[in-house]
Amino acid sequence: MNNNPQIKAKDLTVGYNHFILLNKISFNINNHDIFIIMGASGGGKSSLLRVLTGLQEPLSGQVLINNIDFTLASSAQKEALMQKCGVLYQSGALFSSMTLAENIALPLEQYTDYSKKTIRDMVSLKLALVGLKGFEDFYPSEISGGMKKRAGLARALALDPQIVYFDEPSAGLDPVSSKLLDDLIIDINQCLGTTIVIVTHELSSIFNIGTNSIFLDVETKTISARGNPKDLLKNPPNKNVYNFLTRGGISHA
Amino acid sequence: MQTDATLSFSIKKNNLIIFLSGNFVQYENEKALHSLWSKIRTTPPQQIFFHTEELKTWDSSLFFFFYKLIQQAQKQSIQVNLSGLPSGLQRLLGLAFTVERKAPRPLSNSLDFISRIGETVLMIIDSVQKGSAFLKEVVISFGRAIAGITVMRKVDFWFALDDCGPKALGIVSLISFMIGLILAFVGAIQLKTFGAQIYVASLVAIGMTRIMGAIMVGVIMAGRTGASYAATIGTMQVNEELDALKTMGIPASDFLILPRIMALVLIMPLLTMWADIMGIIGGATVGVLMLDLSIQEYWNYSVRAFTLKNFLVGIFHGLVFGCVIALCGCYYGLTAARNANGVGVATTKAVVSAIVWMIVMTGLITWFFGVIGI
Repeated sequence: MNNNPQIKAKDLTVGYNHFILLNKISFNINNHDIFIIMGASGGGKSSLLRVLTGLQEPLSGQVLINNIDFTLASSAQKEALMQKCGVLYQSGALFSSMTLAENIALPLEQYTDYSKKTIRDMVSLKLALVGLKGFEDFYPSEISGGMKKRAGLARALALDPQIVYFDEPSAGLDPVSSKLLDDLIIDINQCLGTTIVIVTHELSSIFNIGTNSIFLDVETKTISARGNPKDLLKNPPNKNVYNFLTRGGISHA
Repeated sequence: MQTDATLSFSIKKNNLIIFLSGNFVQYENEKALHSLWSKIRTTPPQQIFFHTEELKTWDSSLFFFFYKLIQQAQKQSIQVNLSGLPSGLQRLLGLAFTVERKAPRPLSNSLDFISRIGETVLMIIDSVQKGSAFLKEVVISFGRAIAGITVMRKVDFWFALDDCGPKALGIVSLISFMIGLILAFVGAIQLKTFGAQIYVASLVAIGMTRIMGAIMVGVIMAGRTGASYAATIGTMQVNEELDALKTMGIPASDFLILPRIMALVLIMPLLTMWADIMGIIGGATVGVLMLDLSIQEYWNYSVRAFTLKNFLVGIFHGLVFGCVIALCGCYYGLTAARNANGVGVATTKAVVSAIVWMIVMTGLITWFFGVIGI
């Protein structure tokens, strides 16, 4: 396994105006990792994800993707980096006025020179990859929550990104759909070699799929633990991590 | 409420012992509580104990009583021994005192007068900067559209055109007809006294074509289409659809704003023309039914009063209003907060600011045309 850091966060301070959520945190995400960002609610997980995906400027510090500083990159560089990243939002964030096929075709039309027929075939392939073959002409309002997430994932994978970010992928899903999505994430990671970054506090997902992780401590506003989630469960470095990984003392495993 | 609750207390070896018996349901005994508080305040005990063997039922009123008692005791460094309380009550109190409460945020109204002025000025500067950046984005998008490299989908443009054109025709027709009717009716009352009721036709024709048609269509479209733009784009903000666009590197100005502005700018002059016609028909209805004018007579005077200059001024107003409404709707939609209330606020702001800007633009256009003699 290649252990080159694909994403490097250096002395990153995240917050809003004068309200600091995370103070000078640093971490690396290696190639092909399934990297979990976990922590209690209000700890800055989603804000960190917004900074990593370029939706929000950090208060200070750097985010390097493939050794290019994302925070200082020119708009052309940013656009090129964005094409290497896909994002699956909590709600799926599918465009409600467009069919699933149109949603997935959008980045392909924008960034590739494929013919219309090729795009149509690519869309079918991506939908088949997430188990939604035959749903091309459905609108987001006509499918279930789990299917929306899978369709969102198909759109995130449209340009074969090197990195895919997931914001609370299991939120609002029943255990079976959640497990199916977890399996899909593992398949994508193993089959496509995609680096996966997941923000979640769903313990079953954390232990099932995470290969590396950081724990954001809401009190100290820093990273209070890092490593494989299963190792952290065996040797929790502090009480907050132990409580989080064991649902307040009730062991999950 | 009447209860058989009894609260009494005694002091033993500098410890306060509180006895509770009966049913503490919706308990409110000011006298008993007052004497207990004053006892604690005047001669603070070392520890407080409870005897609740005869306590039967209780509700939140008793829970609240203990909550306040413990707070008071903590202030005076008195130890409270909860072991004599029912286990349920002990657990509830444990929960109430283990929840960490963060210090409340400083309220903005605690700022002094000068700070508030400063904050308002900063807010205005921020709005101007955001507004300018938005306009710049829109201009660049138009540039991309002209150069043929825009991501705008034709289907979105046709959808926007259909939404603000044919679908708005009914309400525009009705309101314009009524405005023509009102204009004629108000004019008729005055003109009839001079026997000049035939000039109602001229009044309506000039009034509708020069400005009233455009203004009425503007107000209707601000409330209908401008609000719809803000709500649609604001909801997309809530649903993270705008974030998805940004992370895909697709400019929202191309994808969402351009088709809407183009559709409204194109359709507004046409709707203004239609409103002019409907207003004149409304005026004719009053002329024929109330003033006993013949249709032919009314038509002749309307045609005589009609000038191409007035008509084009009205159409120009319509075009500018279309631009203003679409810009306000899209801008407030894009800057909406990420919650349901944010969408409501954005919609209101879009409508109000569109109407305000329409009036400002009417003043500017009237002044400008006055200077160049139109």
